[in-house]
Amino acid sequence: MASSTELLYSEEHNLVRKMAYDFTRNEVMPIIAEHDRKHTFPFELLPKMAQLGFLGICLPVCYGGAGMDFLSLGIVSEALEYGDSSVRETVAVHLALHALPIFQWGTEEQKETFLPGLACGDHVACFGLTEPGAGSDVAAIQTRAVSEGGDYILTGEKMWITLADVADRFLVFAKTQPDQGARGITAFILERGWQGLTTGTLEGKMGVRASNTGWINMQDVRVPAGHRLGEEGEGFKIAMSCLDNARFGVAAGSVGIIRACIDESVKYALQRKTFGKPIAEHQLVQQMIAQMQQDLDIGELLVWKAGTLKNQGVRNTRETSMAKWFCTEAARRAADNAVQVHGAYGYSDEYNVERHLRNTKSAVIYEGTSQIHTLMQAAYTLGMREDRPLRCPMPAYDPDSWQ
Amino acid sequence: MNVAVLIKQTPDTAELPRVTVAEAQSGQLQATMVINPWDEFAVEEAIDLSDRFGCETVAISMGREGETDALKHALAMGVDSAVHVDERVIDGGDEWATAEALAAAVKKVDTGEEVELVLAGKMSVDGNSSVIYAGVACKLGWDLLVNVTRIVDIVDGKLIAEQAFEGGQETVEVPLPVVISVAKEINEPRYPSFMGIRKASRASIPTLGRDDLEIRPSSTTRWTDLNKPEPEDVQVRIFDGASVEEKVAQLADALMAEKVI
Repeated sequence: MASSTELLYSEEHNLVRKMAYDFTRNEVMPIIAEHDRKHTFPFELLPKMAQLGFLGICLPVCYGGAGMDFLSLGIVSEALEYGDSSVRETVAVHLALHALPIFQWGTEEQKETFLPGLACGDHVACFGLTEPGAGSDVAAIQTRAVSEGGDYILTGEKMWITLADVADRFLVFAKTQPDQGARGITAFILERGWQGLTTGTLEGKMGVRASNTGWINMQDVRVPAGHRLGEEGEGFKIAMSCLDNARFGVAAGSVGIIRACIDESVKYALQRKTFGKPIAEHQLVQQMIAQMQQDLDIGELLVWKAGTLKNQGVRNTRETSMAKWFCTEAARRAADNAVQVHGAYGYSDEYNVERHLRNTKSAVIYEGTSQIHTLMQAAYTLGMREDRPLRCPMPAYDPDSWQ
Repeated sequence: MNVAVLIKQTPDTAELPRVTVAEAQSGQLQATMVINPWDEFAVEEAIDLSDRFGCETVAISMGREGETDALKHALAMGVDSAVHVDERVIDGGDEWATAEALAAAVKKVDTGEEVELVLAGKMSVDGNSSVIYAGVACKLGWDLLVNVTRIVDIVDGKLIAEQAFEGGQETVEVPLPVVISVAKEINEPRYPSFMGIRKASRASIPTLGRDDLEIRPSSTTRWTDLNKPEPEDVQVRIFDGASVEEKVAQLADALMAEKVI
């Protein structure tokens, strides 16, 4: 019998869902708690995800991708984060924050050059926007790019970069016209091994410990003009469009966390007895589980709405922001409640819920803090914000040409 | 030579304990239905044989009208085609009737060449009878190999396989056609590919009914009663001790006291 979620999606999507959840249960969940404990990156998953096409799931087949749609990206993101945020993050950063921007903004030559290696996992990619002194305030970035002999010379530092010490491709943002604020930012594709480019890992994270988070340092890195993505000064728009892609994956992944919290809490609540009966029969426990289910139902619909708009090629910055804002906050609530349902056991890493709680705290910070999304939504509703057409909008999903 | 693989749609093993007697009696299960996990090994082997010997593969499953999720999964994994057998053919019959219907389907499916090899999982996670493939072999009049862990070769109309038995393993050679049940050691089932998923979602799966199969299966057994065993009240004991050796010694004493060892 099809669930209400399955009825929202096509048969193709539901086959993707089963495959992706099977992958998570068989490949991710048996190993991820130990990686989290040891703060190690699960390198063994990368070739498996590449072979299944996760790393290029919504890139057209002609560029080496799997030719699936954006809803499929959401489904895979949800399934992976059902296991752990770190694994979903890898796909989000590699694909949504690096490969998809090249697909959206790159020249045909850049697409043909860069995308096949990314789709098949020969290259692992990341996204470098945040700096030690510039997070939400993107226009304040200090990295400089100076034109010299047809190339660009980049100098600066990026911070809190997912996959920084794992990736060999870097989409970084630098100011080519420092006096132009956001309009002076340009995007560049860098490669590991270039002189002056070094990376490192940041230690001591509260959550997403099985993901690599680090820094990128650029000291007079020479970047060929062919590695500039988009026009000079277009970097801010590119960065914001990247976030439209990645925030969708974050939202969908958060739905996976809520689902995991429900599954684990229900199982525990039916088994654990206090005062002579399963705790599932205590109303205050029921309240927490009902809240999780409410959040799951709302989150699923918001993700489906944003993904459907993406498939149709409709600008979805507002809807994606809403999905990201709601789902990450809902996932944090769900994980908090799941730990509470588990009581003292939930506070130990014997159960997954404490890991989910630590992971969800990062998701309400990255890809736009909840405060940024609050302001965005207020601005949209008050008529103070309007999305202007982009020079290169993300194409609508076309099964004929993408497959 | 072409290959047919028999598969069954069963409740997700995680949800099996929640299936009620009423659901089992009516066949209207509320559980998530998936391909029987044991059958995935048979599907994987069929696809592998297709790669090795260029044979066509067809998945066959009997079930209620529209019950094709397991067949779609097999298609997504990579079998060439799928056929659904309407379970009304056996009119609520037993394993023997099921075997007769599946054997007729094996004869009926059109894969270009005749099917000379039938693969099946060693058991189903719900019915757990482990006799369907034997019945199919009997009805077809073919040889039967069980618990096969490796298909070594198919050459000159003969199939060479390794099969496990308790305490050992043997290599056997049988003439085609043959029915084989596979053990889980035979391979590692692949995940469906995105290309396979697209193909599966667009596939139209034909259904064979009583008129197509031209059989009138009869059952020799019927359910006279059906019940679920009461869940066992499992007690957990945690052994305290100063060292691992001390805890293990206590565990061993307890197991001996319970006559487990």
